[in-house]
Parts: sequence; structure tokens; C-alpha cells
Amino acid sequence: MEGLISLAVKAIFVENLALSFFLGMCTFIAVSKKISTALGLGISVMLVQAITVPTNNLLLTYLLKPGALAWAGFPDVDLTFLGLISYIGVIAAMVQILEMILDKYFPPLYNALGIFLPLITVNCAILGGSLFMVERDYNFAEATTYGLSSGFGWALAITAMAGVREKLKYSDIPDGLQGLGITFITAGLMAMAFMSFSGVKL
Amino acid sequence: MSQTKKEMLVDPLVDNNPITLQVLGICSALAVTSSLQVSIVMALAVIFVTSFSSFFISCLRNQIPGSIRIIVQMVIIASLVILVDQILKAYAFEISKTLSVFVGLIITNCIVMGRAEAFAMKNPPVASFIDGAGNGMGYGLILLLVGFIRELFGAGSLFGVTILETVNNGGWYVPNGMLLLPPSAFFIIGLIIWAFRTWKPKQVEEREYKIQQVEAH
Repeated sequence: MEGLISLAVKAIFVENLALSFFLGMCTFIAVSKKISTALGLGISVMLVQAITVPTNNLLLTYLLKPGALAWAGFPDVDLTFLGLISYIGVIAAMVQILEMILDKYFPPLYNALGIFLPLITVNCAILGGSLFMVERDYNFAEATTYGLSSGFGWALAITAMAGVREKLKYSDIPDGLQGLGITFITAGLMAMAFMSFSGVKL
Repeated sequence: MSQTKKEMLVDPLVDNNPITLQVLGICSALAVTSSLQVSIVMALAVIFVTSFSSFFISCLRNQIPGSIRIIVQMVIIASLVILVDQILKAYAFEISKTLSVFVGLIITNCIVMGRAEAFAMKNPPVASFIDGAGNGMGYGLILLLVGFIRELFGAGSLFGVTILETVNNGGWYVPNGMLLLPPSAFFIIGLIIWAFRTWKPKQVEEREYKIQQVEAH
């Protein structure tokens, strides 16, 4: 249990997907102009991340790993090279299913998050989360924790960024830095602030 | 076709750079730029994937039904990325370890999808191939610039060969350790954007609010 909590804290602050691995940067820069939309997108990412990372973990354990197909009578088969294509398939399918479920049972939530869901399929934070899960060899419980907390960390970062940018638009910025340039520099400063968490020992 | 092939190849380098102007494909790029060698491998991998995925998608563009085109594009891109990943693992295992998940993340790199959607679906294969290669090169150019600055000033070396002798090795150069950490990549890209836009003023974005001069009383 303690291990899981420290994993969660690490995924939220120390190894923040957006600010220390640059994942999901396209949407991070493009959709962080207003706090409300940023929050909506953040919550959707968290939701999708919490579903896809454990699902991909199951997929890896029972279908792709060397020897994983032993239950089906193929103990020698190693399908890990199909990993990338299956993870992205799972992500695309999960996003589609989530969209349909929300549309049917939670219409207000669907109306709020609806436009962001299709964007999420191509958000690198989601695929990145699954790939980190594979690389670090998480088990199912760790994968679930990691999915949820890394998604939360991303949501936190984009919401904070939107807060800064809402104020920033009133400032007098040199012409060449206007818009994209200053956004990058702000993100850099935020990343530096988040780096101070890396001294936290758990 | 108003553009010539050469223009299509050169245009995305500065005038219409995917990173500094179109805000595409920043995702996987920045984390791999702490050394020049890794940046070059990453840039080559992206050029390969964008050009060939544009080519194949354009070949199939009349056969792909509109409603499932995203999935078809994804499958083509993912297959190419798997190819790159396996080749790197076989012939450049060390680099493939450093790149870790970022090779896989080329799949969700917005440049690849963006060019497939915006250009390859409407244009013939050869033109799409050139467009893909051009955009991959525009991305690679930024990657190399950032990689060059970060490795030279962060570690005092280029391609692992020492250029500025560091203090630890008895030289004179005190390396700026921050350049090896993630935040520096943001600053460098921000400054590169500033430089590009000062050079090409028409890329400057409109202000949302004008600062008014207030009369003093």
C-alpha cells in the first residue's frame, strides 16, 4: 500500500507527464487558454488514462508478453512487437466506448467533455502512460494507480497553466514572443517549479 | 498544383515550420534533445515515418472510407513506427534505450497525423511524400538546434566528443547543468520561436488586448 501511495505522489509531482516528459504538449499548449476548458480536458485525460493503462496492462500480461499465451497452448509465442499497434487500438476503442457510455447515461457530462474526447486518442500523454507502464514493468495494481495519478498530474499542470495564461494575456509582451513563445517560457518556469519536488524522498 | 516540389520541401523548414508555427509535434520532441546524437536519430526516424506514412496514405486515399479514415491512418503509421522501433532495437540498441518510449510516441506525434489529414488525403503520392519529408525536416531542424545548444552548453561536448573542456576534467568551462534538465528545452524553444518571428515578422500572433497609452493628468 505504501508503495502505491509513493508511486502516486511520484507520478503526480516528480514525474509529471506534461512538465517533465513533455507528453501531451500539443493539447497542453493549444487548449490552455481558459481555465474551464482546460479543466474539462484535464478530467477527460484523467478518466481515459485511468481506464487505458490498466487495460493495456491486462493485454500485455495475458496476450503479448513472452509466454503469456501459455493458457491458450502457445507457451513459446512472443508478441511484444505488436505492442504499439495494440495499445493505440485499445486507446482508440476505449475513447469511443467512453464517448458512447457518457452520451447514453451522463448527458450533462458528455456535453461538457464531448468535444475533447476525440482529441484524446492522439494525445501523447495517454499512449505515453501505457508505454511507461510497459517499460517499468508495473503489475495490475501499480498500473491502475499510475494511470489515475499520472492523469491527475497532467490535469493539474494544464489547469495551472490555463490560470497563468488567463492573467498573461493582459501583459505587455514583445511582439515576437506573443502567443506561442511566451507560453513555452511559462511552461519552462512551471517545469522548474515542479522540479523542486524531485528532492522529495519517499 | 501551385507549389513546385522544391518549395514544398523547403517551405516547412522556416516559413511554415511545424513546431514554431503550426504548434504540431512538440510532444515527443523535447525530452530526447539532451544530446545531439539522440536528436539526429529521432529526427531521422520522424522524417522516415512522416514521409512514408504520407506516401502510403496518399496511395490509398481513394479507397479509404471517410468515417474510419483515422483508424486506417493510425494502422499505417503504427506499422511504420513498429518497423523503426525494431530496426533501432536491432542495430542501435543503446540509442533505442535512451529514446525509450519516445520512438513509440511518434505514432501520436501530431505532425504525422496532421500531414496525413491535411495533405496526403487530397494529393497524389509523390507530392505527399515530399510534403511529409519537408515537414519531418522542419521538425528535425528544430530538434537539432535544441540538441546542439543543450549538449554543447550543458555537457560541453558534441556527439559525446568534448569541445569545451569542463572544470571537472581540469578545463575552464563550468557546464550549465540546467540545460540537461527538462525545463531548459522549453526556454530554448521559446527563444527559437522569438528569433524566428523577429526574422519573419508576419508570423507574429495578434494581441488579444491592446495596451493603451493613458494620458497623464
